[in-house]
Amino acid sequence: MEGERRAPRARSCGLPAGGAPAPSPGVDAPLPGRSGPPALPRAEVLDLDEDEDDLEVFSKDASLMDMNSFSPMMPTSPLSMINQVKFEDEPDLKDLFITVDEPESHVTTIETFITYRIITKTSRGEFDSSEFEVRRRYQDFLWLKGKLEEAHPTLIIPPLPEKFIVKGMVEHFNDDFIETRRKALHKFLNRIADHPTLTFNEDFKVFLTAQAWELSSHKKQGPGLLSRMGQTVRAVAMSMRGVKSRPEEFMEMNNFIEIFSQKINLIDKISQRIYKEEREYSDEMKEYGPIHVLWSASEEDLVDTLKGVASCIDQCCKATEKRMSGLSEALLPVVHEYVLYSEMLMGVMKRRDQIQAELDSKVEALTYKKADTDLLTEEIGKLEDKVECANNALKADWERWKHNMQNDIKSAFTDMAEENIHYYEQCLATWESFLASQTDLHMEESSEDKPESH
Amino acid sequence: MEQAPPDAPRQLQPAPLEPLGLPDAGLQAAAGEEEEGAREEGPADGTMTENNFWLKKIEISVSEAEKRTGRNAMNMQETYTAYLIETRSVDHTDGQSVLTDSLWRRYSEFELLRNYLLVYYPHVVVPPLPEKRAEFVWHKLSADNMDPDFVERRRIGLENFLLRVASHPILCRDKIFYLFLTQEGNWKETVNETGFQLKADSRLKALNATFRVKNPDKRFTELKHYSDELQSVISHLLRVRARVADRLYGVYKVHGNYGRVFSEWSAIEKEMGDGLQSAGHHMDVYASSIDDILEDEEHYADQLKEYLFYAEALRAVCRKHELMQYDLEMAAQDLASKKQQCEELATGTVRTFSLKGMTTKLFGQETPEQREARIKVLEEQINEGEQQLKSKNLEGREFVKNAWADIERFKEQKNHDLKEALISYAVMQISMCKKGIQVWTNAKECFSKM
Repeated sequence: MEGERRAPRARSCGLPAGGAPAPSPGVDAPLPGRSGPPALPRAEVLDLDEDEDDLEVFSKDASLMDMNSFSPMMPTSPLSMINQVKFEDEPDLKDLFITVDEPESHVTTIETFITYRIITKTSRGEFDSSEFEVRRRYQDFLWLKGKLEEAHPTLIIPPLPEKFIVKGMVEHFNDDFIETRRKALHKFLNRIADHPTLTFNEDFKVFLTAQAWELSSHKKQGPGLLSRMGQTVRAVAMSMRGVKSRPEEFMEMNNFIEIFSQKINLIDKISQRIYKEEREYSDEMKEYGPIHVLWSASEEDLVDTLKGVASCIDQCCKATEKRMSGLSEALLPVVHEYVLYSEMLMGVMKRRDQIQAELDSKVEALTYKKADTDLLTEEIGKLEDKVECANNALKADWERWKHNMQNDIKSAFTDMAEENIHYYEQCLATWESFLASQTDLHMEESSEDKPESH
Repeated sequence: MEQAPPDAPRQLQPAPLEPLGLPDAGLQAAAGEEEEGAREEGPADGTMTENNFWLKKIEISVSEAEKRTGRNAMNMQETYTAYLIETRSVDHTDGQSVLTDSLWRRYSEFELLRNYLLVYYPHVVVPPLPEKRAEFVWHKLSADNMDPDFVERRRIGLENFLLRVASHPILCRDKIFYLFLTQEGNWKETVNETGFQLKADSRLKALNATFRVKNPDKRFTELKHYSDELQSVISHLLRVRARVADRLYGVYKVHGNYGRVFSEWSAIEKEMGDGLQSAGHHMDVYASSIDDILEDEEHYADQLKEYLFYAEALRAVCRKHELMQYDLEMAAQDLASKKQQCEELATGTVRTFSLKGMTTKLFGQETPEQREARIKVLEEQINEGEQQLKSKNLEGREFVKNAWADIERFKEQKNHDLKEALISYAVMQISMCKKGIQVWTNAKECFSKM
């Protein structure tokens, strides 16, 4: 078996000839994804081959069916069984933990790029080890996303942070930018891990576990360039035709997506603007406090009061900084992620529409008897299944996505409100204590004062 | 010591009403004439309280502002604002107030009044007027003199000015001030008849004195430095405060956008819709709350501005001292040189160069009779000079004494007022924080129900 499998592998990805097969890959191969003698990693690759080939089969027919479908035509594999059972997210049963950290800059003669360390901890059987550590660059993430979209055209794939930020950031590798991206990448992988279907995707697993060169060789597989191009051409042609009869529920969904996209974009802009205004406010406050101290130098009798005010202002300034950082931790990334999600959703709708358009065009052809009726009927049968799978997949994932979105938005805004409450409480405490100190003094003084007017 | 202004030239003006320095005098006044000596809430003055105990109190208010059009001195149409000044006398026993006078004045008349007071009471730190044009404006605030908010703040500032004058132990007794409150027509003519503009020290003279004076009282020099510092630090503070206000305005107002978007978004949401909608409402409330907050802060800024302008009033007193001191020094110098001339003539030695000496050399010596005549003239001049010097010295010392008394009074007032202003600022901040907590707590509740 392995021999057979190995041969095609050797052909297509050019493994060094003479590579001896390792002992049979299995559960006892204690291979962390760390550096080891070349022979061992190859075994891993071999191991993945099995699944990969399964996946190959599936992915060739990916246009026909989706892993997450109930269609009887779907070949049963242990993986797909698990998928069918485990439909909802079950956080208690989380068995895949991923972290993204330690950005590092790499300089070569051609380019400079950043890699991120990805640590995966898992108890799943299909992983050879319980812990993996790999380094990936943004390109690799892009590749993964592409593969997921290919494999699951009507599932809502989590968004990736943008390649470039157009406004403001001139320097690509500015620290804030890298940190923001790191967090977003972390989110991206974890969302995939939490997704009932995507978490079992093979490319995902390779991404998390393969060494750099293994990954590059793995990447080179997949439908050939020509076939990929062909798909794209067909897709474009389909989209040109428009969708004649989008089912009601998808019309609603589309409407929602359009409006949601508008609103979330606005909210993103508003939130960024608030951050900016708060920053400027904080900057002015920094100058405001010290003036009172300066003044106290020429006013003997007002020293305490003036210094007190200065100190309150400084404390409020610090509280503002804290509020800002809360905003940038809790609210901004979430809102921005949903901006990207909204773009993603539009893509998913398009892909769904394309699949339907394909069916519609065949049906039309049949009506006008343009080609061989029998062949057409068979194709139409397959396409109808395909459309049904796609629609079901999307519907299910849509509900899940909406549910998550509500939770995320709710939580982000609640946090924002909490930050603001905390900010005002801090400032209140500061000013009240100042006032208390002044009125105490005032009462001491006025007992010696002449009687006030009244 | 009589509280009437000590300067001789003042006798030329219509005499102020009898100074009411003593309680008895107060009783007399209460019995017969119109009272002055207003006391009001606001800047308290201990000595006045004692005096006023026997007098009826009067209340002054600038209660309204009205836009008017008229023709100005060059017969061109102009728009200006007129302010209604109402004077009420309050019965000490039962607190009832009766409207005694009511008239309209415009800003330029207030300026006239103040300029008059500056000339006739140079030893007094004369209360300042509110600014003529809006300064330290943050972007939303209008710099337009006709803007209703500006007019309102100015109305309050003018009222404050009148109250300060009325509660000043010296200024309150001034007749022109009294007429300002009571005689609408003809008041301008009356003021101008005092000829005060002529008596004003020329700026040039004052500047000259400031540079050349040799021995001013150190306290005044320190006071000048203090007033410079006060002006500089308050200006700086007001500038930065305006910028802070601007930024704060921005933060609050941007949140208002959430309100609109949440509302639109809630239309497509089933479960989240209500929560979004009501949260949006709270964002609107938050955004609009800043207007009142900053309005209050503007009053605080006005309180600081008053003391910014007071700095100039302090400097005016210092300038007067320098002028008097310089005058004194010049008179002393002049006297000394005359004495010397006299001595030289008497003893026949010429130590100093003089034109007379030159001409004598050129045209021949003068006769003993001529010399005697000259000595006589000089001796007379010296005598006069000595008298003048004595009286100038006396005046100078009087001035310093009176000015310093008023400056001490001013210092206490300033410390009291600034402290109160700073405390009121803290109170404003506290109120703002409480509002913030309220709104965000409500918003949080809405969010958590989404």
